[in-house]
Amino acid sequence: MNRERLYNFAFFDEGSKREVRRAILKAVAIPGYQVPFASREMPIARGWGTGGLQITLSLVGKEDVIKVIDQGADESVNAVSIKRLVVGTTGIRTTDDAREATIIQSRHRIPEFPLARGQILVLQVPMPEPLRFVESSEYATKRLHAEKEYSGAYLALFEEIMKYGRVATGADHPVLVHDRYVMAPSPIPRFDNPKMMRCEALILLGAGREKKIYAVPPFTKVASLDFEDHPFEVESLEGRRCRRCGAREVFMDEIIDDASGGAEYQCNDASYCASRTRARAGAPASGGG
Amino acid sequence: MAAEYDVSALRVEGLWKWFGPRCPRCSTGREEALERNYCPDCGTVYALRDLSFRLFEGEVLGVVGESGSGKSTILNCLYYDMEPSAGAAYLSSFEGGESDVFSVSAQAKRTVRNTLLGKVYQNALLGLKMGFSSISNVAEKLIASGDRNASRMEARAVELLGHVNIPPYRMRENPEFFSGGMQQRVQIAKALSNNPPVLLLDEVTTGLDLSVQAKVLDLVKQIQRELGISMLLVSHDLGVVRMLADRTVVMLNGKVVEAGLTDQILEDPQEPYTQELVHSML
Ligand SMILES: Nc1ncnc2c1ncn2[C@@H]1O[C@H](COP(=O)(O)OP(=O)(O)O)[C@@H](O)[C@H]1O
Ligand SMILES: [Mg+2]
Ligand SMILES: [Zn+2]
Repeated sequence: MNRERLYNFAFFDEGSKREVRRAILKAVAIPGYQVPFASREMPIARGWGTGGLQITLSLVGKEDVIKVIDQGADESVNAVSIKRLVVGTTGIRTTDDAREATIIQSRHRIPEFPLARGQILVLQVPMPEPLRFVESSEYATKRLHAEKEYSGAYLALFEEIMKYGRVATGADHPVLVHDRYVMAPSPIPRFDNPKMMRCEALILLGAGREKKIYAVPPFTKVASLDFEDHPFEVESLEGRRCRRCGAREVFMDEIIDDASGGAEYQCNDASYCASRTRARAGAPASGGG
Repeated sequence: MAAEYDVSALRVEGLWKWFGPRCPRCSTGREEALERNYCPDCGTVYALRDLSFRLFEGEVLGVVGESGSGKSTILNCLYYDMEPSAGAAYLSSFEGGESDVFSVSAQAKRTVRNTLLGKVYQNALLGLKMGFSSISNVAEKLIASGDRNASRMEARAVELLGHVNIPPYRMRENPEFFSGGMQQRVQIAKALSNNPPVLLLDEVTTGLDLSVQAKVLDLVKQIQRELGISMLLVSHDLGVVRMLADRTVVMLNGKVVEAGLTDQILEDPQEPYTQELVHSML
């Protein structure tokens, strides 16, 4: 017996897919608004990308090409097991190249190659509520969103400035979408926040455990929250250069050299780095971004 | 005297607050239907019953009464911590005193709360975010009223915290580590952050040591003198009211039993209940 007979195409029955798609449509219609949905049981534990996976499975068609990344890596255990499930239940092709994929499911990163019209980026979200830190009740946060009352989000940033002298959010820096809803962009580095601004691709965000789906439609205004005298800034990349491909203006991992103890840098986006390395090997070096 | 006080900063009219389903017996509003402040048939508690009063500009109005008489409920309704069952309230600083602040939009209510009122809660846990620095607690109302300049808000918070005698090296600490007296002082600084024309004070000194009580009361007095803010001062303690309030309202079971100049009420109480209250203090 082959696999296609054991499962529906893309694992879910058509009714379940329609339900997720309805939530997605509502999310697209109200940019940044968290739409509740009936998160399903999955053969992957909740908290391991089940929110993103349900979005992917409800949208994927036979012609799609999928890329799955986990913190920039295509080959992590988590990314591979998600890919295996998608491919095993659909038979579609996978790719590492962000430019070639029609659906990119990602945890904690937006790829370095700019996303294009027609692509869909699916981000996995552990904590969809940007106000949870200042308000623990869901009833209360829903009202705050309804009234566009976002003092709490600013208060959290102000507190960081008071305690550390600057906004110290490592990741998941809140954004205002379409001048209306404050949204958690998922734990992407601040470096990736500006990539959401007027992004050509559709960005869908899914939280499996918290049962929420939200969206940033193509070309939507996405502004990172800040203060007049503390404007939003991405992580400093000064002096950093990828030891493999020579890139400069991308998000880097720091690698401590065991022998010398010195710090070196390497692109966090592995497939971006690989394609640049390949290009350098084949063609004259372009001088590194 | 009276001429000085011809403008009211706050006017409350026919304020009701009940907790419970109400029934034919008690919904008539007749006095005899209730036992103290509740209906024995349906158990509905009438915390406030048709309460009306005025707070004049620049004065301190004391509200006294035993525990359960409805004092905190007045402030809870005025600060939108609770929805009144019926009644209206007008602030001279809001739309010329012509709009009932209970029946405006949610957004307008936030504006009133964040810019026209300040409140000091009896329980600092309700008035402060204990997991945030004292500076952030003071800045919270500034942020809520739309300020987006961090250094300006920091300067204002530092100024106010200094004013209420929080030492500079403790301003970045969370108030959860402070003594009760210090927590009340942070609350006062927060309440003053937007220069509100009306301040609501709920048992500011209850639960504090006597020596600390005196300091907090002195601070309130000093602020009142310097800023001329109108204050609604709720306390079960006649001593506190005697020290601070120009006029006093005596409450029992959700109703006003006597109102007048504080000195007059203390020296020559007219109502039997007030007489009892004053004598128990002496
Ligand atoms: N949330 C509530 N639910 C039910 N009863 C309440 C509630 N809050 C206050 N009450 C009742 O309303 C009355 C007035 O309470 P309160 O205003 O707190 O009195 P005070 O501040 O004068 O001690 C009391 O009988 C109290 O038990
Ligand atoms: Mg009380
Ligand atoms: Zn009744």
